[in-house]
Amino acid sequence: MVTIDNHADLRAEEQVRLSEAGARDFFELLKPRVMSLVVFTAFAGLLLAPGSINPVIGAIAILCIAVGAGASGALNMWYDADIDAVMTRTARRPIPAGRIRPEEALAFGLTLSTFSVAILGLVVNWFAAGLLAFTIFFYAVVYTMWLKRSTPQNIVIGGASGAFPPMIGWACVTGGVSLDSVVLFLIIFLWTPAHFWALALFKMRDYGSVGIPMMPNVAGERATKHQIVAYAVLTAAVAVVPAMTGLVGWGYGLFAAALGAVFIVCSIAVWRMPDGDQKMIAAKRMFAYSVLYLFAIFSALIASHYAELLVGRFGGML
Amino acid sequence: MIETIKPTEAQKKSRRGRNVALGVVLAALVALFYVVTIIKLGGMG
Repeated sequence: MVTIDNHADLRAEEQVRLSEAGARDFFELLKPRVMSLVVFTAFAGLLLAPGSINPVIGAIAILCIAVGAGASGALNMWYDADIDAVMTRTARRPIPAGRIRPEEALAFGLTLSTFSVAILGLVVNWFAAGLLAFTIFFYAVVYTMWLKRSTPQNIVIGGASGAFPPMIGWACVTGGVSLDSVVLFLIIFLWTPAHFWALALFKMRDYGSVGIPMMPNVAGERATKHQIVAYAVLTAAVAVVPAMTGLVGWGYGLFAAALGAVFIVCSIAVWRMPDGDQKMIAAKRMFAYSVLYLFAIFSALIASHYAELLVGRFGGML
Repeated sequence: MIETIKPTEAQKKSRRGRNVALGVVLAALVALFYVVTIIKLGGMG
């Protein structure tokens, strides 16, 4: 019998490579910050959908959507480990930092994908599970493996994967898709380019150094700024549509219009930045506001929906 | 020939952490399936 003692003064290549990854490292693979947005928007879709769902089943649905989104994040980190190692923003992720091996991340992502889709299908419904499976496939394969390294439209098309969660939440209750759930999808879909290109503007050197064709690197800063304004206008317009379709009231519509106006003003500030600006203060502000904007829009949708339910229930008594 | 490996303290500690996390996840899954069964059988879902 041979005993290999990792305590002994062996050179690194003589030691048996045993993992030192903790549970926290695996949790980090799930991209918890992205997951929080997914959970919130899926929750909004679930609450806004007509009909009802058992609260525990609803909680399990949200958990499955969150885990499925996290699994696609792990698959993304597995595939992108080579470029993550070069970019300052991502160099400390578990795989490039050497805490988790790529094959561990792949197995983790595939296992969680399978479990999240299967449990959502068995517990809630198979239409929602199919949408979740498609979302994971879209993010891990269509965006990460195909579009990200091949076209500057990568995040425009790939952004669909981040826009599906409210649609999945909606499908958990209704078992299908409707105009309103497509509008919820469109709000996030159109918001993503304005949000992400603001980040890409002040991180463009990072993306350029690894050869990722982000819009500012390929089309230039000026063209990117034009498009940021265009997408901000489209987002602000679509965000008002739920008030027009009757999903929520006009109180929401006014609030969304005001938030959208600020979003457009932020995008114009980015547009007015001189090309080659080093500080990129307007782009950083736009990025920060875009996150706040999306949370505010979906919070307002939920608040407006429940305000109307309360008025409908108790209004007659007044 | 059988090979055995003596892990370092750091490797043992992280392995223990992973085991505890996996145990918690498995216990949560058991609870989840139990609750879902009760809801579905009770016709509440």
